[in-house]
Amino acid sequence: MTGGSGGRPDGGRRSATREEGATRRSYYGQPVIKQPVWAPEIPWYFFMGGLGGASGGLAYLAGLRGSELLARRSWTIALAALTISPVLLIKDLGRPERFLNMLRMFKVTSPMSVGSWVLAASGTTTALAALNSLTGRLSRLSRAGRPAAAALGLPLATYTGALIAQTAVPVWHEARRELPALFAAGAATSAGAAATVATPVADAAPARRLALLGAVAELVLARVMERRLGELAEPYHGGPSGALSTAARGSTAAGALLVATRARRSRGAAIVAGSLLLTGAACERWSVFKAGFASASDPRYTIDPQRGRVTKRRASGGAGVAAGEAATDA
Amino acid sequence: MKLETHAWPGSYGAEAKPRVGFFTDTSICIGCKACEVACKEWNHVPESSEGFTGHSYDNTVALDADTWRHVAFIEQRKEVGVDGAASLAQSASLDQLIDETGLGTYQEGDGLRWLMASDVCKHCTHAACLEVCPTGALFRTEFGTVVVQEDVCNGCGYCVPACPFGVLDRREEDGRVWKCTLCYDRLKDDREPACAQACPTHSIQFGELSELRERAQVRVETLRDAGAEKAQLYLHDSDDGIGGAGAFFLLLDDPEVYGLPPDPVDTTHDIGTSWKAVGAATAGLGLTLAAAVFGGRR
Amino acid sequence: MGSNMAEQHPVGFQWVVEAKERGASVMHVDPRFTRTSAMADLHVPLRAGTDIAFLGGVINYILSGGREFTEYVRHYTNARVIIKDEFRDVDELGLFSGWMPEDGVYDVSSWGYKGTQGELTAGKKEQTGDVSGDQAHGAHGMKLEHGEPPEQDWTLEHPNCVFQILKRHFARYTPEVVERICGVPREQMLHVAETLCRNSGRERTGAVCYAVGWTQHTHGVQNIRAAAIIQLLLGNIGRPGGGILALRGHANIQGSTDIPTLYDILPGYIPMPHPTSEDDLDRFVELNGPDTGVWGSLKSYTVSMLKAWWGEAATPANNFAYSYLPRIDGDHSHYPMMLRMIDRETKGFIVIGQNPVVGSANSSLQRKALANLDWLVVRDTSEIETAAFWYDSPEIETGKTRPEEIGTEVFFMPAAAYTEKDGTFTNTQRLLQWRFKAVEPPWDCRSDLWFTHQLGKRVREKLAGSDDPKDRPILDLTWDYPTQGPQKEPDAETIMQEVNGRHADGRFISKYQELKDDGSTTCGSWIHAGIYADGVNQAARKRPGSEQSWIAPEWGWAWPADRRILYNRASADPAGKPWSERKRYIWWDSDKRAWTGVGDNPDFEPDKDPGYEPPEGAKGMAAISGSSPFIVHPDGLGWLFSPSGLVDGPLPTHYEPHESPIDNLLYRERSNPTRQTFERPENPYNPPGVEPGGEVFPFVFTTYRLTEHHTAGGMSRSVPFLNELQPEMFCEVSPELAAERGLEHGGWAMIATTRTVIEARVLVTDRLRPLRIGSDPPRTVHQVGLPYHWGRKGLVTGDSANELLPLVLDRNVHISEYKAATCDIRPGRRPRGPALRELVAEYRRRAGVSS
Ligand SMILES: Nc1nc2c(c(=O)[nH]1)N[C@H]1C(S)=C(S)[C@@H](COP(=O)(O)OP(=O)(O)OC[C@H]3O[C@@H](n4cnc5c(=O)[nH]c(N)nc54)[C@H](O)[C@@H]3O)O[C@H]1N2
Ligand SMILES: Nc1nc2c(c(=O)[nH]1)N[C@H]1C(S)=C(S)[C@@H](COP(=O)(O)OP(=O)(O)OC[C@H]3O[C@@H](n4cnc5c(=O)[nH]c(N)nc54)[C@H](O)[C@@H]3O)O[C@H]1N2
Ligand code: SF4
Ligand code: SF4
Ligand code: SF4
Ligand code: SF4
Ligand code: SF4
Ligand SMILES: [Mo]
Repeated sequence: MTGGSGGRPDGGRRSATREEGATRRSYYGQPVIKQPVWAPEIPWYFFMGGLGGASGGLAYLAGLRGSELLARRSWTIALAALTISPVLLIKDLGRPERFLNMLRMFKVTSPMSVGSWVLAASGTTTALAALNSLTGRLSRLSRAGRPAAAALGLPLATYTGALIAQTAVPVWHEARRELPALFAAGAATSAGAAATVATPVADAAPARRLALLGAVAELVLARVMERRLGELAEPYHGGPSGALSTAARGSTAAGALLVATRARRSRGAAIVAGSLLLTGAACERWSVFKAGFASASDPRYTIDPQRGRVTKRRASGGAGVAAGEAATDA
Repeated sequence: MKLETHAWPGSYGAEAKPRVGFFTDTSICIGCKACEVACKEWNHVPESSEGFTGHSYDNTVALDADTWRHVAFIEQRKEVGVDGAASLAQSASLDQLIDETGLGTYQEGDGLRWLMASDVCKHCTHAACLEVCPTGALFRTEFGTVVVQEDVCNGCGYCVPACPFGVLDRREEDGRVWKCTLCYDRLKDDREPACAQACPTHSIQFGELSELRERAQVRVETLRDAGAEKAQLYLHDSDDGIGGAGAFFLLLDDPEVYGLPPDPVDTTHDIGTSWKAVGAATAGLGLTLAAAVFGGRR
Repeated sequence: MGSNMAEQHPVGFQWVVEAKERGASVMHVDPRFTRTSAMADLHVPLRAGTDIAFLGGVINYILSGGREFTEYVRHYTNARVIIKDEFRDVDELGLFSGWMPEDGVYDVSSWGYKGTQGELTAGKKEQTGDVSGDQAHGAHGMKLEHGEPPEQDWTLEHPNCVFQILKRHFARYTPEVVERICGVPREQMLHVAETLCRNSGRERTGAVCYAVGWTQHTHGVQNIRAAAIIQLLLGNIGRPGGGILALRGHANIQGSTDIPTLYDILPGYIPMPHPTSEDDLDRFVELNGPDTGVWGSLKSYTVSMLKAWWGEAATPANNFAYSYLPRIDGDHSHYPMMLRMIDRETKGFIVIGQNPVVGSANSSLQRKALANLDWLVVRDTSEIETAAFWYDSPEIETGKTRPEEIGTEVFFMPAAAYTEKDGTFTNTQRLLQWRFKAVEPPWDCRSDLWFTHQLGKRVREKLAGSDDPKDRPILDLTWDYPTQGPQKEPDAETIMQEVNGRHADGRFISKYQELKDDGSTTCGSWIHAGIYADGVNQAARKRPGSEQSWIAPEWGWAWPADRRILYNRASADPAGKPWSERKRYIWWDSDKRAWTGVGDNPDFEPDKDPGYEPPEGAKGMAAISGSSPFIVHPDGLGWLFSPSGLVDGPLPTHYEPHESPIDNLLYRERSNPTRQTFERPENPYNPPGVEPGGEVFPFVFTTYRLTEHHTAGGMSRSVPFLNELQPEMFCEVSPELAAERGLEHGGWAMIATTRTVIEARVLVTDRLRPLRIGSDPPRTVHQVGLPYHWGRKGLVTGDSANELLPLVLDRNVHISEYKAATCDIRPGRRPRGPALRELVAEYRRRAGVSS
């Protein structure tokens, strides 16, 4: 039901008959693949998953280090994020009442399947750890729960990169090497930033460092990803996804600058810095999300690289339409 | 290493049936859309009017949750000559006739051709939709086809962008995804799928895949001999990016002209790469956390 | 030609595709490039309404190049027959001899065979003065002594023999003229002609398929005559792979013509009596039947029919109740009937399976007719425009009329659909196929058979006991049919038994030759005699084609006498030997002294020696020689020249459509002089392009169907799955016309005539192309294509193309010229409300047509 032309002939066309050349390489300019049906819950879920997952790790390590306040605040953040996450996820399902079917099987070929288990496990363990941290109860259970929550939180922050990469959406699929790292960086930034906001300046040094490291990585990885995508990166340079991408970078850079400087002293500055970084990380996810839609809706992104591969294969004497693993891995 | 869900014929053992599918020979499609209507009638697919599109005679736009068969119409202006008559098996002999009688061209100026092609789910050998489905709603049947179990699908929507052909889509009304089942119910009753049965010209040919592939090979050679230079089999080759399709096509022009991807690959074929990247990113995140917490002074 | 077979007959078209795969050349001559053209080897775009010119060019190519199949032509056609000295061809004027300007019709007596009596060639001997020229019944009329044309020249050289007349008549149709009339480059026409010639003769055959692209013209019948001439010249009739295939319309339109639903024929094409014959059956037979050939037994057919209808009440003493039959007293074809409603001469109307408000020309005239009735009954499967006209119409929208002003009492009755009843369909090949009911009709839906039976029963109950002689025909009818099923539907198979007929002892008739004229046989329709032979429903035979010979004799049943190819005697040479081994079909087995073949029944007397010559005074089939295959004709010959049966000329002649942008380049007479026009305020015509005001409507438009819809839409616009395939009314225009008129692809356009203005979405496509026509200097003419399926009811609605068309008819069959008229087109949506009337008025003013 997406992508329908809503009864309007595509603009510009002057006739039903196509002329050689320009419009030849697609069917009435229509997308070859479908745009995802995912709603706005999904980028927020990516964001929350990253925040929650990395916050768990931060909390656990902070606890080990003895920064009790930072640990408590981070557990709280993790708990909040991981309470919202499944709600977002379930809400996006076409049949929310069947969300448990996610756990009908475990499939390594499906990042969503793997992710569902990770979310379930990390959610449970994080809840345990956070409750313990806040109320002091369930301490026996939480002894095992804390490291588990921390460990499971990490893949929760990164698997979403694989999730979208394992689609036919060019701007996602061709970024399959970078996306998990980009999302990891975003997760680090968010967790650091959230803790920076939530914790008094004095107790927040690790959080600030985390935010700064994450932000720098995020900026670098975004650049690397675009470089690798080449022409497919176009959606990051224009349209809604381009705007979001610019916002993400500006926000992250500004936040990073602030967190490295005034936020070390002023709680006010820390809150501003943290907010900027959180905004940056959210915008980054949104920009990736939106870029996917733009990339899916324009047939050129699907057809051109594929046609290029075929031409190359033909030139090198290969078989006609035969593709293969090498084709996309090249 | 290729990660893949194995089902047919392996998990069916003795229950496995020969793999069946479609060979759609678009050179003899007359664009009557009987296949579209038959599919909707048989499968109770809801109406899905898109209004007047201006896309030649195509007003159903594309395959989606409520269009499991879709007939594409492409009007092309063509230079007349051997290739201009490429859709016509007789072009070669016709040209000869014209030469002999000294009549010159038989279509003044630009020629025209009108390509029609009925599209459907490809029932891929390596089906990305099936691989990514977290619930197992998408499964491979004993006939080697790919089917959604409507009672299992929870509408996560993952399969939608996973399909390299844009076949699947989620139906707004009921939140689930729908696509061609290759008439699973009919296959179980030993009956031909509704669309193939309705097709008056046998443009849609249903049968055992191995046999269809041979038939297709012969057909494409006939057409090429008759001068249809661009006649090509699409998704016929088991070496291609999806391991060959259960529904493959004879096209008279490049796939993208019909809205088909020229070199589709099963999007999950490189899942290994993704998992490696996730592994690395996860480790990186862990290290970053450690560095942040333990690396500084206070 | 004249058909879009792939779109309108997709199931039949599979055989064309198959033939093409086996090497056949497929050519499509059509104003538009259609889905048929897409599958053809060659598409020739021509201007709508100019087919005779094109075919004339082909005939000229054949004759001037000596490409005819000489032996076939000499023996099997009337090429050798000498025509009366008085006959004058059209020459410059465009009129044949016999023109009666005051009546606008021909006295056809000069078109006959030399040596026959003038009045015998009429074919409509029974006409009274006031209906002159309005009724024609095909070739029944001509009488010949023992089946022989009196004067013949076997060398085909006599200046007044048909062959020479033909040559002279078509000599004008040169490639240059064809090019200028049709807009077809001459190479294309020559290519078609050459391909036809090459694929004819002893070893090869070619077929012509046509449908309403040919018939719906003021010269529709002559289009088909032209094809008949080509096929006879090339020896393509009566042979496998040959023929002229009339691709029929509704699934059972062939059946309803045979049995029939037409006002001027009785079952099996027996002419409807006129008042002239009074109550004298023999006089009726005398006037309507030639006494040679198949029609020589007209009396047997008629008496058997009367016996089937009136049973015991039909006796030799009362001329077998011949007087009970209604008489034709005028032109009661569809359009004159509607006009009589406007004039309040006809008060009631029962509409069964028709939707004239959308399907008939000049919709507003149709609605006006309905609005002037006392009562209207519509039986349909959904509430169609014809049933809803009184509250939903353009006239109500524009404020011209209001529902309160319409006095017609409308009864809408639900009909059972074809899936809900048993019966037969007759296809294009005259093949009857039995169809079994799939489900019971729901609710109050009943079959038309049930309705007719009930109506008859109830009328008879009302009349019971009446001694008024005018009620006898109804009271004496055999009307007891067994009923069955929960809805008490009459049993269709018993009706088929009545149609088949019986001998006095109750045995079923097995072929029409068994029928007697003494009242000892019954038969509802002589051509269908044998469909229930041996007490078996022969139409219900459904043995798969793969399990029998390619003739598939055990699939269905073809009238007459289960013959799959008509005139198949022509598949053998005069001596009875196949023309070629490759094309053998029926031949004379001299050992068995019988016609034999590859599996079909011979359309000939099974044991008539090829050398048989009719003796003096022979009648009926005995008058047909052993080498004359066309047994329905009194002379057994294929008619290149029609001495009888047509009202507009013995030879096809190019005339422009009634509304046309140019003059006739061949003759002074612009359009068919016999066409029926109706000069009335409800039916204004656009001035022809050459006359003042004509320039207001500079474009040609034609109307047609789409695969996705069916006719007036009652059956398709109610089906969502079809609607989404073609959801809106649209028009097809070339990029050149779009540029000239500023039409935007996907936008809206108004199409205007003096009748009204409609709107449609715009589909700009190269499939329509401008044509160069006319001479001194040639000009570009654009054609606009309009599908005609939309209306105001149903799930999708849109303006009807028929709002635009006028009433102007071919006088032979009273079909209207749906396929060619003139119009204007401009961008945008049409005005609503009274503004629409103003726009139409403005067009009329500009064109000088009074409102
Ligand atoms: N899907 C579908 N099938 C149908 C029907 C339907 O409504 N829908 N209707 C049925 C009925 S009732 C009928 S009668 C048949 C009709 O079957 P067709 O005759 O095939 O139907 P049309 O589309 O009316 O006209 C055929 C073609 O004639 C062309 N044409 C117009 N004017 C001329 C002309 O002057 N010369 C020539 N050579 N061609 C011309 C038109 O461009 C059109 O392509 O179809 C039957 N089959
Ligand atoms: N402009 C233009 N006009 C045309 C033509 C054209 O080419 N151009 N073509 C002409 C031709 S060839 C034709 S045949 C006519 C068709 O025109 P119509 O005959 O007026 O229109 P249909 O829609 O075919 O009407 C048939 C009706 O019968 C109903 N019906 C179906 N089955 C049954 C049944 O079993 N019983 C009863 N009682 N009703 C049933 C259907 O629902 C439908 O409403 O249109 C003519 N009009
Ligand atoms: S075509 Fe798409 S939906 Fe069909 S099997 Fe292949 S991947 Fe799945
Ligand atoms: S939407 Fe349904 S079929 Fe598709 S992946 Fe999700 S659960 Fe599987
Ligand atoms: S196989 Fe069945 S479900 Fe698939 S397109 Fe054909 S009719 Fe529809
Ligand atoms: S039914 Fe056959 S011929 Fe008709 S559109 Fe479908 S594939 Fe083409
Ligand atoms: S609709 Fe019926 S009559 Fe028409 S082509 Fe199809 S099967 Fe034949
Ligand atoms: Mo018709």
